[in-house]
Amino acid sequence: MGHRLGFACKKLLRMLLLLLGVSLAAFLLMSASPLDPLQTNVGQAALGTMSQEQIAQLEDYWGVNDPPLERYLGWLTAVFHGDMGTSLLYRVPVTQVLAERLRSSLWLMAAAWALSGTLGLLLGTVAAASRGRWPDKLIRGWCLLISSTPAFWLAILLLMTFSVWLGWLPIGLSVPIGAEANAVTFADRLRHAVLPALTLSITGLANMTLHTREKLCDVLESDYVLFARARGESMPSILWHHGLRNMALPAITLQFGSISEIFGGSVLVEQVFSYQGLGQCAVTAGLGSDLPLLLGVTVVSAALVFGGNLIADLLYGVVDPKIRARIKAHRQRGGA
Amino acid sequence: MPPLLMVEHLSISFTQYDRGTHRRVLPAIRDLELTVERGQVAAVVGSSGSGKSLLAHGILGILPYNAHMEGTLIYDGTPLTPERIAALRGREIVLVPQSVGYLDPLRKVGPQVGRDKGVVRSVLNRYGLGPETEGLYPFQLSGGMARRVLISTAVAASPALVIADEPTPGLDARAAGRILSHFRELANAGAGVLLITHDLELALTIADKVAVFYAGETIEEAPAGDFARLDDLRHPYTRALWRALPQHGFHPIPGTQPYPGSLPEGCPFAPRCPRRTRDCGGEVPYRPWSGGFVRCLHPEREGTA
Repeated sequence: MGHRLGFACKKLLRMLLLLLGVSLAAFLLMSASPLDPLQTNVGQAALGTMSQEQIAQLEDYWGVNDPPLERYLGWLTAVFHGDMGTSLLYRVPVTQVLAERLRSSLWLMAAAWALSGTLGLLLGTVAAASRGRWPDKLIRGWCLLISSTPAFWLAILLLMTFSVWLGWLPIGLSVPIGAEANAVTFADRLRHAVLPALTLSITGLANMTLHTREKLCDVLESDYVLFARARGESMPSILWHHGLRNMALPAITLQFGSISEIFGGSVLVEQVFSYQGLGQCAVTAGLGSDLPLLLGVTVVSAALVFGGNLIADLLYGVVDPKIRARIKAHRQRGGA
Repeated sequence: MPPLLMVEHLSISFTQYDRGTHRRVLPAIRDLELTVERGQVAAVVGSSGSGKSLLAHGILGILPYNAHMEGTLIYDGTPLTPERIAALRGREIVLVPQSVGYLDPLRKVGPQVGRDKGVVRSVLNRYGLGPETEGLYPFQLSGGMARRVLISTAVAASPALVIADEPTPGLDARAAGRILSHFRELANAGAGVLLITHDLELALTIADKVAVFYAGETIEEAPAGDFARLDDLRHPYTRALWRALPQHGFHPIPGTQPYPGSLPEGCPFAPRCPRRTRDCGGEVPYRPWSGGFVRCLHPEREGTA
């Protein structure tokens, strides 16, 4: 128990430091940004017609003249008091914007993540099992093609095919245009999420498939698989008994590590589909100099990625007998 | 009754690509002859790189995809076709691999020894391993334990032919002797044992006959008793091996075994051989010679006397 607790504490501390670092980096980048918040958000023409007082008021609102250190420390103290501030662009609490965006994005990312994970594992296994023959060549060729395709371009292609030509799916946004918030059904949300999720999973899939194939090929070339063959085990039995088991660790690392990639991809993909998610929110906040919102998005996404890696670490302890044995030994030593 | 296993004119080669698309064929084993009888331990002795392990994999039909095998394998009087070996391996013909690396690192020992729990328990018990061994993972086994577990995997199938590929490296002489005695027991119980090793001295403690491998060829087959006297041995390389044993003075000979890609014409041992003549660059047949076999134009036994 003590081991687990110590592990959790260490991880938690590390996460705090990480979030602190990430938010600071985001803040510094933002302060170094050449974008003038007034010009971007109010417009050159409008600024020209304003009085000095009005401009001063606006500068005050966007925090142009505050010393950066003071701004960051102010934000940090507020966060520790549970207040993530108010979005300058949307004029609602950052937490509210984040909650809304996170809800749309989480579904999207979870679907893409699950799809690319399971399909990637499956395709990678098929490719490795038929190494050198046509299914392998086909799958590998497809994956290389997809990996060298930019996600946003793929998104545009899908959009053109399914929304413009075939007209099966909506062209963008996360809910129907003009619909009232409480009139939006689950089916509506689903229809709007299909294309972005598909784009994300297709790009994630290639990576997962190629890695799975590579790992499984290593396993199939190992001495223990040779011995299994010498003992008359069939290919399906080898894949099931030795392949999956020995692939589990790298697959977990990959799958949970891919959260960051999926998130990164979602920033572009959501932009193309005008999908109201966290990724799009990050772009809007960044370009619009909405500091509290950007810091909020940064912290939440860093926490998501960190959480994914943490889960992978915890699962290692469940899957790998070596780690299990070490934990057990540690516990016995500590408990005695 | 026909011999349990007859290997005739066995050749194994590899197709390799070097420098782009240039293909070349590496002969790893050439014209190999070997017979394993029931109730006997036949040892195959050779230094590393001589193609010993490939012989085991070739018999079991588990060579890598770029390997090509020629020759005849006759098991129990009938040719050993790929279909037949696929049905027999793991049941009648078993492999005892050389290290714990041949066990799945993430699977417990018990299910890896065999499916039938009762059999597993009794087999492990036979080799002095308690029931707690079944719950261990391969990384938790000591060297000697691992070796006994590997033998258990073979014995759990009650085999007719046991192929042991280097079953003793990394063990001290006493532990290795103990492990080898288990193979002798299997032979005494009626199985044929093919013991592949680089350790001539250890092999002689249990073998009935010894086949000596050099650069992918069997160069001599001799009853184990012939190794008692230098004069009873046929091939110059076997004699060199004998002299290199600690109890016979530890005399090495200069030179190294040629790599499969750069074999000389004719006898591969000729460049290191004190008795070579010009004929040695030509065809050297494998022929019966005073109770054994030899691949040499100038065998020493009888001819010298």
